[in-house]
Amino acid sequence: MGLQIIKPDTKIDFIGFRKIAFLISALVILMGLGSLVMQGGPKYGIDFAGGMIVQIKTEKQVDVETVKESLADVELPGLVVQRLGLEDDSEFLIRTSSSEVSSGEVRDMLSTALDSGLGKGGFEVQRLEMVGPKVGKDLRTKALEAMFFAVLLIAIYISGRFEQRWTAAAVMATGLFAGQYALALTGMDMAWLIVGMLAITLGLCWYLKLNYALGAVVALVHDVTITVGIFSILGKEFDLTIIAALLTIIGYSLNDTIIVFDRIRENLIGSKGKGEFKSIINTSVNQTLSRTLLTSGTTLLVVLCLYVLGGGVIHDFALALLIGIFVGTYSSIFVASPVLLGFGPTPPEVDEEPEAA
Amino acid sequence: MQSLRWRIIVSLLVLMLGLAYMLPSLPGIKGTSLGQTLPGSGINLGLDLKGGIHLTLGVDMNTAFKNAMARTGDDIKELAREDEVYVLKPVAMPGDRIEMTLLKKEQRDQFEKLLEDFQSVTIESTTSAEDGKVKYELGMNPKYRKELARMTLDQAVKTIRNRIDQFGVTEPDIRKQQASNRIQVQLPGLSDPERAIRIIGKTAHLEFKIVDQSIDPTKGILPPGRELSTRVGRDGKEVPVVLKSDAPLTGEYVTDARVSYGRMNEPYVSLSFDSKGARLFERITGENTGKLMAIVLDKKVYSAPVINEKISGGQASITGSFTTEEARDLAIVLRAGSLPAPISILEQRTVGPSLGQESIDNGINSALIGMALVLIFMVVYYGFAGVVADTVLVLNILLIMGGLAAFGATLTLPGIAGIILTIGMAVDANVIIFERIREELRKGLTARAAIEEGYSRATLTILDANVTTVIAAIILYQFGTGPIRGFAVTLTLGIITSMFTAIFVSRILFDMYAKNRAEGAKMSI
Repeated sequence: MGLQIIKPDTKIDFIGFRKIAFLISALVILMGLGSLVMQGGPKYGIDFAGGMIVQIKTEKQVDVETVKESLADVELPGLVVQRLGLEDDSEFLIRTSSSEVSSGEVRDMLSTALDSGLGKGGFEVQRLEMVGPKVGKDLRTKALEAMFFAVLLIAIYISGRFEQRWTAAAVMATGLFAGQYALALTGMDMAWLIVGMLAITLGLCWYLKLNYALGAVVALVHDVTITVGIFSILGKEFDLTIIAALLTIIGYSLNDTIIVFDRIRENLIGSKGKGEFKSIINTSVNQTLSRTLLTSGTTLLVVLCLYVLGGGVIHDFALALLIGIFVGTYSSIFVASPVLLGFGPTPPEVDEEPEAA
Repeated sequence: MQSLRWRIIVSLLVLMLGLAYMLPSLPGIKGTSLGQTLPGSGINLGLDLKGGIHLTLGVDMNTAFKNAMARTGDDIKELAREDEVYVLKPVAMPGDRIEMTLLKKEQRDQFEKLLEDFQSVTIESTTSAEDGKVKYELGMNPKYRKELARMTLDQAVKTIRNRIDQFGVTEPDIRKQQASNRIQVQLPGLSDPERAIRIIGKTAHLEFKIVDQSIDPTKGILPPGRELSTRVGRDGKEVPVVLKSDAPLTGEYVTDARVSYGRMNEPYVSLSFDSKGARLFERITGENTGKLMAIVLDKKVYSAPVINEKISGGQASITGSFTTEEARDLAIVLRAGSLPAPISILEQRTVGPSLGQESIDNGINSALIGMALVLIFMVVYYGFAGVVADTVLVLNILLIMGGLAAFGATLTLPGIAGIILTIGMAVDANVIIFERIREELRKGLTARAAIEEGYSRATLTILDANVTTVIAAIILYQFGTGPIRGFAVTLTLGIITSMFTAIFVSRILFDMYAKNRAEGAKMSI
C-alpha cells in the first residue's frame, strides 16, 4: 500500500468540535457581513455597476503611483488605478464609473495623459471594457437568479436522491415557485428576494424533514457567505467571473458534502437504524476524511497554480476558488454533518441499496 | 472478465474519436495532409484568447416607434387630401401618439372610414372643438408595435451585417436578443476597434435638403417647415444653416457609394441612385437650380453645393474634408443602408491580440504545471494505482479538448480555468475509488474482490457528487454570457469525460492488472 496521510483507524471526534466550529464560522460570517454593511453592500465591478475599465501594460516596470500621477489631470468620474496581477507583470487596470463618454474618447484621454507621464509609446492598451448601467443591472439580476436556481435545483435533487422522497421534493419545488411568485409580486429588490427564497427553502426543508437537503443547503449558504465576506474584507470587486467562481464553489462544496452524506446513509443502512447517530456521523466523516483531504489538496494545488501563474485576468477568479474550496472542505466536515445531527436522521423509507450499481 | 475485450475496444474507439477531433487544434497539424483528413477544424478560441471586440447594442425602439407614427401620420394626411378631406399636419405626442386635427367636423365619418384602412393605428380619443375642428389622438396598435419591433431589429441586424461584411472581418458573429431589443456582435481579431464601432454605430440616415438662404440662421424664430442644422466647414468650424424640413430624396434610393478622388487628390464619396432616385434627383435639381442643396447625414450637413443645372443620370457626390479612411467608411455605411433606428453601445469588451496570446500562454502553462504536480503526487501516493489515475487523467484532458472541438464550443479563458478545475475534480473520482479499494483491502478482501467492491460502491457516490456539479454548470450556461458559458461547457464536458475515464477506463486497467497476478499477491495502491 502506498502512502497514507490519514491512518485507517483514525477516530477524530468531529462532532465534538461542532460548538467551536460554529463559533469560528459565526465569527467569520459576522466579520464578512460587517465589512459588507460598512461598505454599503458588495463592491460591484463594472459588469454589475456599469462603467469602463482599461487594462494597460507598461513597457518598463513602474509603480502604481507613477501611473496615478500621470493620470491626475484626466477628468473622468471615479477614476481608479490598480495594479493587476503580480508586481512584475507591469499591468494596470484603470477604471472609471462613467459609461457616458465614448470608449474612443476615453482611449484618447488616457493615451495623451500616459504618453506625457510614461514617455511616448511606453504602454499598450490590452483590454477595454465598457458596460452600460442598464446592462449592468440586468447582469446583476441574472447572476442572482442563477445562484438561486442552482440552490433550488440542488436542494430538490438531494431530497429526492437521498431520502427517496421525490414527492416531498416536488412539494418543496412547488412551494418555492409559489413563494418566489408571491415575493416577486411585492416588487422587492432581487437581493432581498433571494434572501427570502433561501429562508423559504430552509423552512420547507425543516418542515418536510428533508434533513440532508437542509444540511447541504446550510453548508452551501455558509460557504458562499464566507467567500463573499472575505472578498469584501479584501476589498475585491464582484464581477461575472466571481459569480462563476461562486457557482463552482457551490458545486464543489456540495460535492464534498454529498460524499460524506452518502457514507452516513450507507452506514445507517448497515446499522439498521441502531447505534447512535452521532457516532455513525463521526465514523463516516473519519472514513471519508482521507478522500476529502486528498481531493481538496489536489484541487487546491491546481487552483494555486492558476492563482500564481494564470495571469492578471483570472487572478481574482482563482482567489475566490481558493477561498471557496478551503471553506467548502471545512464546511462539509464541521457544518453539514452537525446540522444533520441537529435535526436527526430520516429513517430510510425504501431500502434501496447503493450497491445496485 | 469476458467483457474486458469489449470494454477495451469501446475505450480505444472513444480515444480515437477524441484524438481525431483534438489533433487539428495543435499548431503543427492544422495545415498538413493529416489535418485535412481529420474531421472538424480544431477548437474555436474565444475573443478573450485571440483578441477582438464584443459589443452589445441597444436598438432605440422608441425612436423607431415615433418615426413610424410620424410617417403614418403623413401618409394619412396625404391620402385624406386625395379624398378632399383636410387635416392639419400631424403633431407628435408623448407615448408614440400623434394628434391629427380634422378641419371640418362634417367629414368625420369619411375620415374615420379612411383611418380604418390604417391597421397600424388605433383611435385613442376624439375631441370636438367649438370651431368645428375635431382632434384625433392616434396610438399604435399593440400587435403592430410588436411586429414593428421585430422588423426593426431584423433590419438593424441585416444592416450591421452588411457593414461588417464590407469592412472585412472574418467570422463575425451577430445575433439578436429579441426579448430585450438588443444585438450582440462579436468581431474576432480586430486591431482597430474604434473604427469598427464608428462604422457599426452610424445611423447613416442620408437626406438631401434645400438650403433656405433667405433666412438668417443666427436670429429669430424659424417659420414652419424650416429647421436649423449645422454644417462643418473646411476649417472644422461649425456654421448654422437653415434647411427646408422636407427631404425630397433620402438614402434609400442609393444603390452604390464609393470613394473617388478630386482634382486636388482629395477624397470624396460618389453616389449612384436607382431609377426612381435618379428621377427624383433630376426633378429636385431642376426645380431648385441656383440654390444650395444640403447633403445631410445623421442630421449633420456634410456639404451644400450650388445646383448649377438640372442633373440627370442619377449620380451625386458628397464632398467634405475627409481623410481617405473616413471617406471609405462613409461609403461603407451608405452602401450598406441606414439603420432603421439609432443604436447605442450598451456593452463593449475589447481585448487586444497581445493580451490574448499572453492569456493563452499563462493559462496553458499554469494548467500544465498544475497537472504535472498532480500527476507526480498521485504516483507517489498511490503507486501503481497512481499510474492508472495519471493515464486516465491525460486521457481525460484529451477527450475534453476533442469534445470541445467536436461540439464546436468556444474555448475561453474561464474555459481553461474550467479544464484546470476538472483536473482537480477528476482526481476526486479516482481518489474515491482508490480509498474505497484500500478500505476493502484492509477488511481482508483479495485484490480482485476489493477492486470489484471498491468500484461498485464508489460509482454511485461519484455519480451523486457529479450530478450536483452538472446542475450548477447547466445553470451557469443558462444565464451566462460568452466567457461564463465557456466555463460551463468545459466543466460539464470535463465531468462527463472524467466519469467515463475514472469509472470505465481505469477499471479496465485495474482488471488487466488483477488478471495477470497471483491470487494472494499484494496490490500497489
